[in-house]
Amino acid sequence: MSRVLLQVQGLAAAVAGVEILKGIDLIVRPGDVHAIMGPNGSGKSTLAKVLAGHPAYTVTRGRALLDDHDLFAMQPEERARAGLFLGFQYPIEVPGVANSTFLRMAYNTVQGARGRDELDPLEFDDFVQAKLQLLGIDPAFLERSVNDGFSGGEKKRNEILQMALLEPRLAILDELDSGLDIDALRIVANGVNQLRRSDNAIVLVTHYQRLLNDVVPDYVHVIDDGRIIKTGGKELALELESRGYDWVSEEYRSRQAA
Amino acid sequence: MSGAVLQHLVNQPYKHGFVTQIEADVVPKGLDEDVIRRISAKKNEPQWLLEFRLQAYRHWLTMKEPAWPNVKYPKIDFQDIIYYSAPKPKSQLKSMDEVDPELRRTFEKLGVPLHEQKALAGVAVDVIFDSVSVTTTYKQRLAEVGVIFCSFSEAVRDHPELVRKYLGSVVPHTDNFYAALNSAVFTDGSFCYIPKGVRCPMELSTYFRINTQESGQFERTLIVAEDHSYVSYLEGCTAPKFDTNQLHAAVVELVALDNAEIKYSTVQNWYAGDANGVGGIYNFVTKRGLCKGVGSKISWTQVETGSAITWKYPSCVLLGDNSIGEFYSVALTNHHQQADTGTKMVHIGRNTRSTIISKGISAGRSNNSYRGLVKIGPKASNARNYSQCDSMLIGDACGANTFPYIQVHNNTARVEHEATTSKIGEDQLFYFAQRGIGAEEAVSMIINGFCRDVFTQLPMEFAVEATKLLGLKLEGSVG
Repeated sequence: MSRVLLQVQGLAAAVAGVEILKGIDLIVRPGDVHAIMGPNGSGKSTLAKVLAGHPAYTVTRGRALLDDHDLFAMQPEERARAGLFLGFQYPIEVPGVANSTFLRMAYNTVQGARGRDELDPLEFDDFVQAKLQLLGIDPAFLERSVNDGFSGGEKKRNEILQMALLEPRLAILDELDSGLDIDALRIVANGVNQLRRSDNAIVLVTHYQRLLNDVVPDYVHVIDDGRIIKTGGKELALELESRGYDWVSEEYRSRQAA
Repeated sequence: MSGAVLQHLVNQPYKHGFVTQIEADVVPKGLDEDVIRRISAKKNEPQWLLEFRLQAYRHWLTMKEPAWPNVKYPKIDFQDIIYYSAPKPKSQLKSMDEVDPELRRTFEKLGVPLHEQKALAGVAVDVIFDSVSVTTTYKQRLAEVGVIFCSFSEAVRDHPELVRKYLGSVVPHTDNFYAALNSAVFTDGSFCYIPKGVRCPMELSTYFRINTQESGQFERTLIVAEDHSYVSYLEGCTAPKFDTNQLHAAVVELVALDNAEIKYSTVQNWYAGDANGVGGIYNFVTKRGLCKGVGSKISWTQVETGSAITWKYPSCVLLGDNSIGEFYSVALTNHHQQADTGTKMVHIGRNTRSTIISKGISAGRSNNSYRGLVKIGPKASNARNYSQCDSMLIGDACGANTFPYIQVHNNTARVEHEATTSKIGEDQLFYFAQRGIGAEEAVSMIINGFCRDVFTQLPMEFAVEATKLLGLKLEGSVG
């Protein structure tokens, strides 16, 4: 067993006074790919946002450590600079701001926090071109406004491009597959696979199993009503695909009752 | 990253709020025919101009203040305003070096150097302090190509035939309440004449400064571009911080003859009042351009960031066939500022075209309205208009409104109107934060992106200034 990258203990969180997470425990090690699955409204996207520090959510109990740093003591931008990356389900659009400008600013901010040199526009262009090639993304992406007028697939590819540039320790990808057709899904999934490394980890939050055909997880967690109620290997995802979620919930309830 | 950060981002102290101690020649408060005669006499005006003023004054007495703008303010007491205030001249100025050092320091502090050597390369400046023009730079060089650029008073003295021909020809004294008031009491302003076939070799610029607490500023600007000529004109303005409101009621008239082009840019940064809405300028301005000749073009670009209340609609009357009108605007309001601003594009000639790009940004508890008229007359065959009105809200205590009026009397016309509303809220800022980018940089990036279509229309130095200004004005508003 290698050391722990992310450790979540007894995490509870609320939005607008309603408790959504009710005690999450999770351990992620470098090199791991975890899938967090569950029915709609179970709290899986909330977990992603709470870890990244979305201001609408309040942590009511528990803690989370990233590389032994207390996540909840850090501002969202500090968590990002510390190597936590959230791939958004709905990336925002920024009309009038060139994607290249935005990407370079994000890159330099995170690099600066790591004590590395910032890149000027020309150096950055060389760097980003290499990443585009790796991910099979059209260089025209750079000249367009950030996510403005992007299709669903393009927005998700732009998220993966950002992940590639920022080289996070931990990438949490929230519903990466939502709104994508099969081809777009494969392109995005290939991008994620390109970025898997032994020293980073990926947490996929997803409703469907199909993404997991392309990005094969080491662990699958089922979350329901704000708790992780079952953990298994990649075969658990297939079982969920054929049997749905209800049986897991029932199994959990009877276990609790016993 | 919540209200507090946004608030901090939008609330930057006003940097031009100082008062210059200088001896002023003032006509006592109040307005009647006597005051107008005194102003006219002080300026040694010809009889016809006094008549113009008196006619306007008498008409003004019959008019009521407009009540339709979407702004609220206590009734203005027009007898409680000083209508003439001028820094006491030592004597007639022969050169820049004779400008009162106190005045010169004022403008240096504002970043408007009066020395030509120090001036921005390629920009001639006319400087208006309270009611009068202090100085005009680069006159000599402009005269070599026949361009007249001087204060309005000098124009009345040296080029009366031109002034008389065009004064009131675009904005008649009967036009509206504040235009009538201006026509009665205007004290100075800039005059600019570009002869046939001349491309003005440098940017022309007027810098307005209100200094006296109880004075109003009523300037008059007239620009005439003869056939096949071109001029780019810039206007900037600031005022000290007072806890009373001051009235600024200017009239700007532009005339473009055959194939002439006038580009008029404004960066307006009058004092906006404090965070509680006390003080600030009432900016009630009438600006209109007449595309009189065929193929002429008038383009308004404005960046409005100041004033307690803004009420202005820089407009184009497209009389000449194939003429073009453009309006590019960024209007930013914060705290308790109110803006009701937009444009009018009146298509009269055939094949006339107009473009309206309006960007409204509201923060704090401010209220920002776009009001625009597109009118296609019965003879304006094949007229085209494209309008785009975008609003951006910062925080949730501000308001944005759009009031488009479209009147089409010719069925060959094509009129398009697009409008969007967006918001800088926690989701936007969270996205940037998640990429390591702090709230201040995020807001500045979002706002600059939002305004890009307008900023690209500004001359380079102004675009830089405008970008900085928006950043300053928005400091503290994010959250």
